[in-house]
Amino acid sequence: MNGFDFRRLRRWEWALAVFALSTPFLLPALAPGPASLISPAMAETVEKPDTSRVVSIGGAVTEIIYALGEENRLVGRDSTSTYPEAAAKLPNVGYMRQLAPEGIIAVNPAAIVAIEGSGPPEALAVLKQANIPFTTVAEAYDKAGILAKIRAVGAFLGVSERAEALAKSVEHDLDAALSDSAARPDSERKRVLFILSAQGDKIMASGTGTAASGIIELAGAINATGDFPGYKPLTDEAIIKARPDVILMMDRSGSHAASPDELFALPALSLTPAAKSKALVRMDGLHLLGFGPRTASAIRELNTAIYGKKTNASQ
Amino acid sequence: MPPSEAIDGARGPAFAARITHARQKGDRSGLARMLIAALAVLAAVTFAASIMTGAADASLGNVLGWLAGQTPADQALSMRDRIIILDIRLPRAVLGMLVGAALAVSGVVMQGLFRNPLADPGLVGVSSGASLGAVLLIVLGSTTFGPVFALFGFYALPLGAFCGGFATTMLLYRISTRSGRTSVATMLLAGIALGALANAVTGVLVFVADDKQLRDLTFWGLGSLAGANWTKIFAAGPIILLSLGVVPFLARGLNAVTLGEAAAFHMGVPVQRLKNIAIFSVAAATGASVAVSGGIGFVGIVVPHLLRLVIGPDHRYLLPASALLGGTMLIFADMLARTIVSPAELPIGIITAFVGAPFFLWVLLRGRSNMGL
Repeated sequence: MNGFDFRRLRRWEWALAVFALSTPFLLPALAPGPASLISPAMAETVEKPDTSRVVSIGGAVTEIIYALGEENRLVGRDSTSTYPEAAAKLPNVGYMRQLAPEGIIAVNPAAIVAIEGSGPPEALAVLKQANIPFTTVAEAYDKAGILAKIRAVGAFLGVSERAEALAKSVEHDLDAALSDSAARPDSERKRVLFILSAQGDKIMASGTGTAASGIIELAGAINATGDFPGYKPLTDEAIIKARPDVILMMDRSGSHAASPDELFALPALSLTPAAKSKALVRMDGLHLLGFGPRTASAIRELNTAIYGKKTNASQ
Repeated sequence: MPPSEAIDGARGPAFAARITHARQKGDRSGLARMLIAALAVLAAVTFAASIMTGAADASLGNVLGWLAGQTPADQALSMRDRIIILDIRLPRAVLGMLVGAALAVSGVVMQGLFRNPLADPGLVGVSSGASLGAVLLIVLGSTTFGPVFALFGFYALPLGAFCGGFATTMLLYRISTRSGRTSVATMLLAGIALGALANAVTGVLVFVADDKQLRDLTFWGLGSLAGANWTKIFAAGPIILLSLGVVPFLARGLNAVTLGEAAAFHMGVPVQRLKNIAIFSVAAATGASVAVSGGIGFVGIVVPHLLRLVIGPDHRYLLPASALLGGTMLIFADMLARTIVSPAELPIGIITAFVGAPFFLWVLLRGRSNMGL
């Protein structure tokens, strides 16, 4: 290292630096395997995929497959597919957003059907290369979205007629549930605050464009924090300002479940109308937020929980 | 992997190294050589095991046969095996080796340069800068950096990470260099400040991110080898190998620097050039690693320490041994991550912490008497 001509080495160093900075741009083009410039996998419809062995990704998609009576085709599911109980016995290929391609190939599926947002793109690229057709079902948080999901899954499995029948009955069920909600005058609608997590007094609440916001509105209530998109941690003052009449949470059996007393002891929540009546509603996460075939019953359950038992309870 | 002649070649005027070598312990070079040989074997075995294990059943023999030009009996099945082994497992093993070696060696170099056993690339903000680069692209991606995405597809993110890491290093270097001399103390402090700043900007971006973006962000926080593919290896591999190839030539200088910069300078070590090369190799290796595998912690501190406890502080042996052990450790952790909850996968950070931390504590407690900690 000693006694090198400094200038000459400078040139070397430059050359090395230029090389180091240019490789990421140049070399990947030569890489084998899936092409490097794939845009993230989108819905791709294969003409007629073989759907004798299916991996289902997404709780709602799995529920629909069971509702269609096609569960015998399932060879794997993701960790969000926890209903019905039989589904939980299938091999679990991981969380829908962190799929392991080898794990999926291991259960030897002929096709994959997944809810929008599954990934990561690298995993999808490998699956595509392995010639396993991948069908994406659009995610939406309203009635039309649920029916579209059912029809899409039916078309994918080649049982469109049965899917149509299921869609009709789900629609009928939803209409009945929604008519209860819609009949409520605006003046009586309660403000509901969905809390995703309350860890260390830090409250994550749901804004617009979320499944929680969607179900609250379908149940004939008002999302108390409807002035920002997505899930955000709220300050105490923002929660007080939101004036929720009811707190809605996912029912996590286990350590995350704060008791109502603990929850309403939080300074921010203690000053809300909800604290006076200790109005805390807990529901199973997939049932509440899945937007699948059971959403009508979720709407009814939530509606009853918020507004109390109705006299003309339709079921 | 550093060439072995770098170890032997440094024996000529190895005066400085001899002095700085901890003589009370006796000469541990024989032990070190044996350990390096053993680690090389272990690395090879782990690498092979990693290619042979996984959630799916895939016959390696089939694939090797195909590579040797045989025509398999069952085309479809053989194709499947080929994809599993050549496109899923092999890239992961290669990437694990590269990233593990890069992180461990970067750790050794930083610790030597700063004469601080707790230094690692994360400390001087390189990792934070790299994560920031990726996060910037994720959150502002479609609106601000549309053309970048259009050009590079989902390869844009690693690129962003690499540029972020490199930009941070450049800035750090400019801050801590005055009239051609780099102050290591300033660099350490400025690095902590820059890292904090990068984390703060990342925090702001996390706050404005929507749900989908947030989920993409978690990857950069946790790190994983799950996204390994040949594209990433071709992009990051040359940079990492180049950095690792340069580093052995720093071994003597790093040994001398343990006595202090002034002493090293008087022993004839070109201290400023040593610092330049060390800083930029570490920046390149770390930037490239974070770009392809997110922020995998732990390796950069634990591996060098384990080895110091066994073979002492001589960088001539520490560097190659760290590269081998770092790569082996990461491949092994990834193998566990892929198989424990198969067919699903665990995040690798959990494994490195669960396997590495207790082991490290145990070695630390055993070796405390002769480390003088």
